[in-house]
Amino acid sequence: MFENLSDKLQSTLQKLKGKGKLSDKDIDLAMKEVKMSLLEADVNYKVVKTFVSNVKERALGSEVMESLTPGQQVVKIVHEELVKTMGQQGESKLKFNPNDITYFMMCGLQGAGKTTATGKLAKKLKKDGKKPLLVACDIYRPAAIKQLEVVGESVGVPVFQMGDKTSPVTIVKEATKYAMKHGIDVVIIDTAGRLHIDESLMDELVQIKQTVKPEEILLLLDAMTGQDAVKVAETFNQYLDITGVILTKVDGDARGGAALSIRNVVEKPIKFLSVGEKMDQLEIFYPDRMASRILGMGDVLSIIEKAQDAFDEKQAIEMQKKLKKQDFNLDDFLQQLQQMKNMGPLEDLLGMIPGIGQNKKLKDLKINEKELVFTEAIIQSMTKKERANPNIINGSRRKRIAAGSGTSVQRVNQLLKQYDDMKKMMKKFSSIEKTMGKKKGLGGMGRFKIPF
Amino acid sequence: MDKEKEKKGFFAKLKEGLSKTKKNLTEQIENIVFAHRKIDDEFLEELEEILITSDMGMETTMDIIEYIKQEVRKNKLEDTSEIKNVIKKYLVNMLEEHEDKEPVSGQQRVILIVGVNGVGKTTSIGKIAYRFKEQGKKVIVAAADTFRAAAVEQLKEWCTRADVEIIASENGTDPGAVIFDAIQAAKARKSDILICDTAGRLHNKKNLMNELSKIFKIVDKEFSEAKIDVYLVIDATTGQNGIIQAKLFSETCSINGLILTKLDGTAKGGIAFPIVNELKIPIKYVGVGEKIDDLQDFNAEDFVNAIFE
Repeated sequence: MFENLSDKLQSTLQKLKGKGKLSDKDIDLAMKEVKMSLLEADVNYKVVKTFVSNVKERALGSEVMESLTPGQQVVKIVHEELVKTMGQQGESKLKFNPNDITYFMMCGLQGAGKTTATGKLAKKLKKDGKKPLLVACDIYRPAAIKQLEVVGESVGVPVFQMGDKTSPVTIVKEATKYAMKHGIDVVIIDTAGRLHIDESLMDELVQIKQTVKPEEILLLLDAMTGQDAVKVAETFNQYLDITGVILTKVDGDARGGAALSIRNVVEKPIKFLSVGEKMDQLEIFYPDRMASRILGMGDVLSIIEKAQDAFDEKQAIEMQKKLKKQDFNLDDFLQQLQQMKNMGPLEDLLGMIPGIGQNKKLKDLKINEKELVFTEAIIQSMTKKERANPNIINGSRRKRIAAGSGTSVQRVNQLLKQYDDMKKMMKKFSSIEKTMGKKKGLGGMGRFKIPF
Repeated sequence: MDKEKEKKGFFAKLKEGLSKTKKNLTEQIENIVFAHRKIDDEFLEELEEILITSDMGMETTMDIIEYIKQEVRKNKLEDTSEIKNVIKKYLVNMLEEHEDKEPVSGQQRVILIVGVNGVGKTTSIGKIAYRFKEQGKKVIVAAADTFRAAAVEQLKEWCTRADVEIIASENGTDPGAVIFDAIQAAKARKSDILICDTAGRLHNKKNLMNELSKIFKIVDKEFSEAKIDVYLVIDATTGQNGIIQAKLFSETCSINGLILTKLDGTAKGGIAFPIVNELKIPIKYVGVGEKIDDLQDFNAEDFVNAIFE
């Protein structure tokens, strides 16, 4: 999402970086460009003004002027101010009721992506060991209830509904009874999309709030929203005193100015980013990591977490042993591929790697996830013996494998070559590791070498 | 339909949203007009700020400011109170310049509705179908959003309300196949208008855009005797991303009209101006509510007047 904004900010700040000394004029000019790029990214006008004046004040202060690398120092200030603008660490944690049923209420404008995000949140809670229930309170939009039911089914979470003739307050009351009977511990209420200026519909939300006293009232906001975002958030907050925001459609290429504005104007944290149409694409929002991503400093922490999420610890240790002994075979190769796929779309991962944001060639690289499917098919068409010892795969075996996997001999050759290359690479890595001793610098990454 | 009544309804609804927010465009402009008697740099800078906060974007805002400067020089304007009319004139001209005034022929028509997720495509289709039906036209709707959960059910409900025929298939089927079937139906039943729904897609998703291009090709090839319109639906709350949306959708299937939705909120669709200006695509309809008759033909003067009322 933030790529375009980060491109612009980076090129501006790059100009400063190289300079040995900064004049007031240099900073003035840079700040004007920063202001422009933030406005073009839909950041709220007032927020931009405060942001720029804060950065400017600090940049003209002694911490920069007396520094040996003033340009770097300015980048550091921009980073710090960005983090400050986007919120504090740990704000994104959800609140639960330790003694009773926890209620979450989802609200927002029409088409913000409430139902989809509701499903994602339910899936996440279920994964964390909760027993959630979805409650269909959108009685206005045609087929909204049906949509929630489909979503609920896809994540394996029950949906409570009473059709579209019952008032949402009654539905919520009945849902509570249902939840108590069925041992539900988190009730997520999906409400109808509404305009923030529609008083009667806003009152309906207030009534729901009074009925269940939710622990979390989450406002769903489209990342593509323009200057109106702040107005929407302000109004919802006035009525409901929301507890946080979920930013949706973050996988678009909007520059995400809303993310920067909301925290500042409404003083409520962004808790999650909803990044796609698959049900596991809900990310926790980390202001510091986001600031790093905007400034092209990469987001290694998120990659590591994704890896930890997707990889089985035992398997990983096993794999590490194998790598050391260099008896890494095609079965292991396949396993690694499958784990990689668990980490989500590769393009997303690439975007988080430091330096890639600035690399033009790599940035436009579209990874064809279908390639992985072919690779999988090819390996699965091999016999156990072949997988364990790829050296025995001769011409006629190659032909058979190609036919079996519905690919071509060339593809099989390609794969075997890749495997060979990788084995060579592994050799190098393990010798480097030996010489370097066991440095912990790379975190968990050493274990999860990328198999291509 | 009663033209006069319709016009009034459109106006009233647009204004309704505005009146509820105190900080609307006009009031902001009036405030600075009041604060500054003379048109000077300071005044223009504040004006610039107001225009930007209405999502018009940097470029269009600069163009407007430049135009004001010219007008001020040319007509020796001094009083700030004249500014509002200058801006209005500029914006109306911009919108009208790209309107196509092609006469309506008796040809069969296909309208393909595209856009990103959640902008109100399905709702708009329900309303358009109803409008044509009211005009006595034979309408068929194709439910080619086979991806989103319950999208087909939603469209079916709209079609029942509008009392028009719908061609639908199960969720997960190839949207191209649905469109193909719908075209055959439109031919066989000699419908006047075929309206095709498509799944919402983010314009930066290559695969989904390829799918859209395939759908467009099917329409182009299978129904070449019809007049083909592709309308992009834009949510009035959209920010600067709207321009990129319009650009990328235009590259995929030649967009020749815009539908601006959710104008009953506080956002007044400022993003429409740079889109019209840069891509030279006219606005066709505006959506002002959730009821079936909450869709109006676009009229540049009314639109600009409603914003500045």
